[in-house]
Order: sequence, then structure tokens, then C-alpha cells
Amino acid sequence: MNTIVVAQLQRQFQDYIVSLYQQGFLDNQFSELRKLQDEGTPDFVAEVVSLFFDDCSKLINTMSISLERPDNVDFKQVDSGVHQLKGSSSSVGARRVKNVCISFKECCDVQNREGCLRCLQQVDYEYKMLKTKLQDLFNLEKQILQAGGTIPQVDIN
Amino acid sequence: MGMAAESQFHVLAVDDSLFDRKLIERLLQKSSCQVTTVDSGSKALEFLGLRQSTDSNDPNAFSKAPVNHQVVEVNLIITDYCMPGMTGYDLLKKVKESSAFRDIPVVIMSSENVPARISRCLEEGAEEFFLKPVRLADLNKLKPHMMKTKLKNQKLEEIETTSKVENGVPTAVADPEIKDSTNIEIEILPLQQDLLLVQQEEQTLSINNKRKSVEEGISTDRARPRFDGIATAV
Repeated sequence: MNTIVVAQLQRQFQDYIVSLYQQGFLDNQFSELRKLQDEGTPDFVAEVVSLFFDDCSKLINTMSISLERPDNVDFKQVDSGVHQLKGSSSSVGARRVKNVCISFKECCDVQNREGCLRCLQQVDYEYKMLKTKLQDLFNLEKQILQAGGTIPQVDIN
Repeated sequence: MGMAAESQFHVLAVDDSLFDRKLIERLLQKSSCQVTTVDSGSKALEFLGLRQSTDSNDPNAFSKAPVNHQVVEVNLIITDYCMPGMTGYDLLKKVKESSAFRDIPVVIMSSENVPARISRCLEEGAEEFFLKPVRLADLNKLKPHMMKTKLKNQKLEEIETTSKVENGVPTAVADPEIKDSTNIEIEILPLQQDLLLVQQEEQTLSINNKRKSVEEGISTDRARPRFDGIATAV
């Protein structure tokens, strides 16, 4: 009974994480992160991802304030925020967020406020979407562990 | 004698981003290193004892001398390039200008691939320049550098009574040539021509080539898929 439940959950987990890669939410760097997690640091990925989402929230808020005043936009500050966001999204394997940051940076370089506002909205959407999906993934992990199973290794290369 | 039985290396990791500090810390632990993290170049200098508000360090003193206030041996410094205030490059310069600490290998990390910046850092004495996100395979390249420091410090402990330094200052182009009984497996990234051979395992190379580091840094195809096995601890 327990074995069947574990197998079902593991299958569910595998299918879900594969779909996140296939839909472009995650890239190979997320696999690198998962390699750093072991029995000694069972919550490493969840911790780092949580830090990432905190950063996203703060940076997006800061950039939003900078872009509010149409006549006096501090593009240097916005660019700095995009730089940080791009770096951390690369490090966590948040592919869609990173891709928006690339477009965002281009808008900053040419001081295109309208473009920046669109990118800001898009990156806000993308990080929140990813946050929801990763929370679902971590919940599946917990269910597997509670049922006495192990988290399957899924590598996409 | 003073020979330490433990083979663990101590790395000082410098990054202003908490997120990236967590990452690099975990990577280094996974590579069997002891890690101290700080969030700025200033804090790094404080940790080393290079920047004291009251005392000024004797530039000719040994790294083990009490006047330097260095309590813990540091085998490597790895620092982000882009930090507010003091950049990674500034920190590199400070370390290399210090006669007490210039032998500590310094590695720079950056999320931006700017060839001129990479060259400048390597010329100033950085051993490696890694593009973020740093991977386990990147860290394998660091073991020879840390080993060099370890052996040097052990020698220094043995001849602590004498003030003569036999080795000159290692130049930026010098390759580490330490032959050790420990089996050090060094992996390098696949060459450009190996792009299509995604399944191919990474080549092993016994000597780190700084020119290779520059070439790797200059590569614009950073996003290509790579298969990296987990680094095997000896």
C-alpha cells in the first residue's frame, strides 16, 4: 500500500519537474542546484529558491518606484536592479525570468520607459508563476518523504 | 612537526549577494572545503587583518606573525567582481600588494563576460575568472591552487625561524606544477568544437592553462548545454 503510494508520488514528481523544464520555466542550472542538496542539507534548494523570490520581490518593488516618475526616471538604478535579478535568476535556473531580464536590460540601455514598464510587469508575472509551480514541486517532495520514499533524480540535458 | 593531518582547505568567499553567498558556500562545502563568507571587500580585508583601524601592518612580516592578526589560515579567496564600493578587482589588488598575503590565490567571479575585465584581473594576479553561475566543475580547477598554498604554508611552518624567502613572487603566467600523491582530477570545459558532442565526458588536464581560462572567459556560447558529473571527493 505504502509502496504503491510512493511510486505514484514519484511518478507525479518526475512528470511535473520534466514539464517545468519543457515549458521553459527551468533550465539546466536548476539541476546543478539540486545536485548540491543531500541528506546533510535537505532544504538547500527550497532555501535558495526562497531567497531568490525574496530578492525578486524587493528588486521589482524598487524598480517600480524608480519607473513611476515619467519625467525623472533613474535608469541607472533600474539597470542595477535588472543586473542583480538577471544574475540570480541565472544562478537558480529560472530561465523565463532570466530571458525577460535580457529584454529589460535592452530597454534600460536605450532609456525606453514604456518598454521597461512592460518588462517589469512581465518579470513580475514570470517570477510569481514560477514561485507557485516550485511550491507545488516542494509539496510533492514533502509528500514523498512523508510516505517514506526518496526524491527521484531528474536531469534534463 | 607542524604538518597538519587534515587536508581540508579554507576558502574566503566574498559576495554582496546573500543568495550568491549561499550558493558558493554550498558549492565549496560540496568540494570538501571549509568556507568563510563575507559580504564585501572591506570585510574580507578585515578578516585577513589587512585593514585595521588602529594598527598598521608591517608589510615585511610573515603571514603567521601575530602582528597581522590572522587567526585562521586562508588557502584561497574567491570574490565577486561587481560589488558596491570595493570591487573584486580592488580586493585582488590589495591582496597582491600585501607581502603577507600576495601568495594567497585569488579567483574572480562575474555574471558578465567582459574580455577586457577578465584580462585585467588575470594580469593583476587572479588565478581564474569564472562566469556565474559557478559550477562544481569550475571548482575542481581550484584544487591545485589551494594545494600550492597549503604546501607553502607547511614549508613556512617548518622554516619559521628563518626570514629568508626562497621562492620569488609567482608571476601571473606561472602554471602550478605540484606533483602530489593525492589523485587530483581536474576537469575542463569541452572545447568549442565539442559542442555537438553533448554526451562526451569532460576532458581531464593535469595543468591549468591561464590562456585557456581567457579563452573560456571570452566564449560567447556560455548558454550551451553541458553535462557535468558530480565532483568525486578523493
